[in-house]
Amino acid sequence: MNLELILFILLASVAAVSSIVMITRKNAVISAVFLVLNFFALAGLYLLLNAQFIAVVQVIVYTGAIMVLFLFVLMLLNTESEHKLFVDKRAIKFFAILISAFVFVQLAYLIFFGKPSRTLTPDEVASVNAGTIQTIGQQLYTNYIIPFEVAGFLLLAATIGALVLAKKKFE
Amino acid sequence: MPQNNYEYFLLMPQIIIAVGIVLSVLIEITTKKSEQILPWFSIAMFFGTAFYSVFNINQNFVLFSGMIEVGGKPAIFNFIFNIGAALVVLSSIDYLKKYGTYYGEYYILIQSSVLGMMVMSGAKDILMIFMGLELMSICFYVLAGINRKKLSANEASMKYFLLGAFATGFIVYGIALLYGATGTTSIQNLVENFVTYSSNIIFVLGFVFFLIGFSFKIAAVPFHMWVPDVYQGSATTVTSLMSTTGKAAAFSVLIIVLTAVFTFNAPNVFRPYFATISALSMLFGSIVAISQTNLKRMLAYSSISHAGYMAIGLAAGNMFSVAGIIFYLAAYAFMNIGAFTIISIVEGEDDSRTDFDSFSGLNDKSPVLAATMALFMFALAGIPPLAGFFGKYYVFIAAIQSKLTWLAILGVLSSVISVYFYIRVVVVMYFREASEDFKINISPYSLIAVVIAAFFILVFGILPDTLMNVILSALP
Repeated sequence: MNLELILFILLASVAAVSSIVMITRKNAVISAVFLVLNFFALAGLYLLLNAQFIAVVQVIVYTGAIMVLFLFVLMLLNTESEHKLFVDKRAIKFFAILISAFVFVQLAYLIFFGKPSRTLTPDEVASVNAGTIQTIGQQLYTNYIIPFEVAGFLLLAATIGALVLAKKKFE
Repeated sequence: MPQNNYEYFLLMPQIIIAVGIVLSVLIEITTKKSEQILPWFSIAMFFGTAFYSVFNINQNFVLFSGMIEVGGKPAIFNFIFNIGAALVVLSSIDYLKKYGTYYGEYYILIQSSVLGMMVMSGAKDILMIFMGLELMSICFYVLAGINRKKLSANEASMKYFLLGAFATGFIVYGIALLYGATGTTSIQNLVENFVTYSSNIIFVLGFVFFLIGFSFKIAAVPFHMWVPDVYQGSATTVTSLMSTTGKAAAFSVLIIVLTAVFTFNAPNVFRPYFATISALSMLFGSIVAISQTNLKRMLAYSSISHAGYMAIGLAAGNMFSVAGIIFYLAAYAFMNIGAFTIISIVEGEDDSRTDFDSFSGLNDKSPVLAATMALFMFALAGIPPLAGFFGKYYVFIAAIQSKLTWLAILGVLSSVISVYFYIRVVVVMYFREASEDFKINISPYSLIAVVIAAFFILVFGILPDTLMNVILSALP
């Protein structure tokens, strides 16, 4: 058993368990936290597949931005109204089951009928290489250095702006 | 990646502002009196950058592997942005105490927004346009609501943010379609293959989305809904920055993406779009401004109609119209900053004294303010020999050259309507008794800003060739 397989089993079981825990919890906030854990495990799986860019984006965008926003909304929302939305409406339940069945069939097809041992075409190899941290870093620090620096100033200005608008006390 | 170290030297204007922002943050952190140091630091920086840009106007290069252009057209825009921002900072020094936002952060945000504008005006890649636009817009959203205790400022900031985010959505969607149609974000490629792309429906659709987003930013009808409330609700100095330099930055981007039309005589497929928004903006702005009683709101509607006049140049789409637009933007920056600075001097606490009634009999209270305000109003109305007249003149001539005589006639008609509400201010100031009793504390710094603006309007009006020759020499 090599390290890759051990890591795969570990991350896959974390992902599977956390997603089951997520859908069985009553409290929506706890569900959301388990979804974050699931995203982290998925990011690890992407790393094992050498898809470094997707792994980083998974953590930054889904876990960092979208889930945190989601958590804030859940905490601010009234849990009762959310309960009503999901439990009392049969149509929503029906569509949820329909969509998950669709995704399940898709994944099952990929797993059982896909050809994982096929050799990659040169185009596919190029697109895999474009997703590595090395290539992206090289582009960011050579061709795209100016937009990269401007993005830094954008974040600085946004931080100062948020401080000005939200600081508790201004002398 | 720069080809050699000389590229850093050529990028000096942007680097000065960028280093200045970082230093300002350090000053803000380390001293207690940042609100007294930062305005002078900013003014020195802005003047330095403005004059550096103008003196190096012949050093026209595209740097950093086709990302940013320096010298030439961007240099003139840098001059407009920096002088405009310097005048706004000068007029803010005493205004901020009155407005209740005597913070150092205000100046850092102005510096950042100017950096964003400079990135926009020199952009040679759509990514740069987007980065610069966001940097500018985010600073403006915050500046609009800089006084958290004022409801009007909160409303202005919120409205500006929501509608601005909506416009950004349009722009990003447009950029995505443009990238899909061309496979690159380079503007060089866009300019070279503009004619081929023009027959591609995805490209045209993406371009129209892009233009709609920027129509929000230049405040043209029918994307003007936010303008009156935001301009009235924000601090007066902030409004003068947003309405002049912000508009100039948005126009610089429109000129960049339409370079193929202006420089290489590619067919202007977007002419119907620009002709429509310019006709609607001119007439709507001028007619609605007549019924306003608040001076800031009136100038907001006048800003809409001025966007319409400038859009005539985009519809005309020849080399001369670009020069006309840039001249107009420079003149408009000084006229509007001057007018808003006078409003900020007269304005009392809690947004009071911005109505016409407060300006009645201003001549008796302060002859200097009344005279300069009259000058700005005549310039905005486009009465010769002031700078505003020549801005309109160049744009209208360009329209006639491109056989858009009907648009030029509409423009003249709308100017005639607009004379009514500009002259009304002058009549109120000189021929009416003061209806409110208050004493005006004229801030010396604001007065200097007013005098500089008036000086530029007179120079550009009496000797329009001085500016026009510089602009024409900068265009390829």
